[in-house]
Amino acid sequence: MSQTRVLVPSGALGLNYDKQALRRGLAAKPDIIAIDGGSTDSGPAYLGRGVSKYSRSSTKVEWQGLMEARARAGVPLVIGTAGTCGADSAVDWMLDITREIAADLGQSVKIAVLRSSQDGADMARAYADGRITALPNAPEISAQVFTDCSNIVALAGAEQIAAAIQTGADIIIAGRTTDTAIIAALPLMNGAHAGAAWHGAKIGECGALCATNPQSGVILVDFDADGFTITPMADGANATPHTVSAHMLYENSDPFILYEPGGHLDVTQADYSALDARRVRVTGSNWVPSDRYTVKLEGARPAGFQSVLMALLRDPRYVANAQEWADDIHAKCCAKVEDRLNLTALDFRIEIRLIGLNASFGALETRAPEPVEIGVMGIVTAQTEALTGEIAKMLNPYLLHHPLTQAEEQPTFAFPFSPADMNRGAIYEFCLNHVLELADPMDAFSLEVVEIG
Amino acid sequence: MASLGQIVEKVRSKNAGPFWLTVDIFCGSREAFERVSTGLTSARVASVFATDEATIKRFDIEALNVVKFSLPRPSIQGAVDDRDMHGASWAALLAELPLN
Repeated sequence: MSQTRVLVPSGALGLNYDKQALRRGLAAKPDIIAIDGGSTDSGPAYLGRGVSKYSRSSTKVEWQGLMEARARAGVPLVIGTAGTCGADSAVDWMLDITREIAADLGQSVKIAVLRSSQDGADMARAYADGRITALPNAPEISAQVFTDCSNIVALAGAEQIAAAIQTGADIIIAGRTTDTAIIAALPLMNGAHAGAAWHGAKIGECGALCATNPQSGVILVDFDADGFTITPMADGANATPHTVSAHMLYENSDPFILYEPGGHLDVTQADYSALDARRVRVTGSNWVPSDRYTVKLEGARPAGFQSVLMALLRDPRYVANAQEWADDIHAKCCAKVEDRLNLTALDFRIEIRLIGLNASFGALETRAPEPVEIGVMGIVTAQTEALTGEIAKMLNPYLLHHPLTQAEEQPTFAFPFSPADMNRGAIYEFCLNHVLELADPMDAFSLEVVEIG
Repeated sequence: MASLGQIVEKVRSKNAGPFWLTVDIFCGSREAFERVSTGLTSARVASVFATDEATIKRFDIEALNVVKFSLPRPSIQGAVDDRDMHGASWAALLAELPLN
């Protein structure tokens, strides 16, 4: 059986890649170029809004480089989790960028578009039918959660990416997928060892993070019937058994087991050996198919509106008594909000985080520093934008002038901005850590082929 | 008494999805690994993060000289009370822990 060679330009489109290393990778004649376009790591707002976290210009520059590389190599280019969150709106954004580039370059391309967004009402029905089940540490939910979400996506696996590849497309723009699926799909289609396909995909999904010189991005992963080989492409980037095996720790709650649609990867018995100073060969990875075919769901729902205020304490007496000062403001401002806006304590939230004291860990902080200054971050959350604005404006005078004692002259603290309150608009929260059972892998996904030029 | 961070090469924390936090302690040597593996109890880690010990997954990986802990995130990522979207700061709480 022939090898399958996958070129991974970087851990995510938008993080840039080493151009020389990419040329080197292309010279090695890959069978596919695969790059991830997203993650939940930047928080729920991107899925909630259905937008990308990266600059459109940066995305376009980097994607153009990959579209040119694809045209030269004559192999498919696939992006998974397009536009950070992989919702349909983000897929359309990526498709729009792709059309612009194709026009700029005069390329004629066939594009397969895999969409992963889910309808809330459909998901509520699936939940009622018992086809949605909780993963460990999932939040308590009811059917209502699904219709509350502004976006729900299902994570496609290798089967859906394979369907997109089988259209013969030059470019595949996929909505939410598992990080690994875009790399594992073609090797699996070509009959590679299933454990190796998923394991190599997991090692390769962050690009050169599995090697030294991690920010260089570009790596090659070669898959065959027995195992896989990792080869970083940049100067000074070396994969070693240690860097490769240690990558299984990265952002994984279990470093030996990885759940994917259709089964799980078990690397307990994997063997990592150095082929030379730069390349690592891995064998002994095991793929365990499951009885049910499930895909993971991600959902984000609106969680009100938020406004933030910043102030700085530099007066040593206030710095030394900042917590007491903040607690007093909190109590007095909450009372004023309840009185003047006719609200109860459950209708709004005011939090004052003291940067330099305990803003990172709150009550879990163990150190008691003596800071020079303290940043005061006032966070106001309520159900409407108007209410949030009103409460923020009530908090403002306290952060500017609140005295530690009644007897002293009125103090004034530093506000870096005018206006002092920064409206963050609608905020979102992740509310699903569940899987959806499917009779057929394509049931929750749609595939469209678009010809351009 | 030395802190964990002084004994090992690196302590790293990251999200493992929005609902889990994972902490990797790269000990750097067999000696440091033994010291951490035997000296740092899961109960102590649970108390640092104010969580129930039963919720903590622990991996003592001799081949890598790594001790890894995964636990439910102290707040769900991006929730209104979350303080660290990427979960990378939490490592400091463990790194500063005194260890025999």
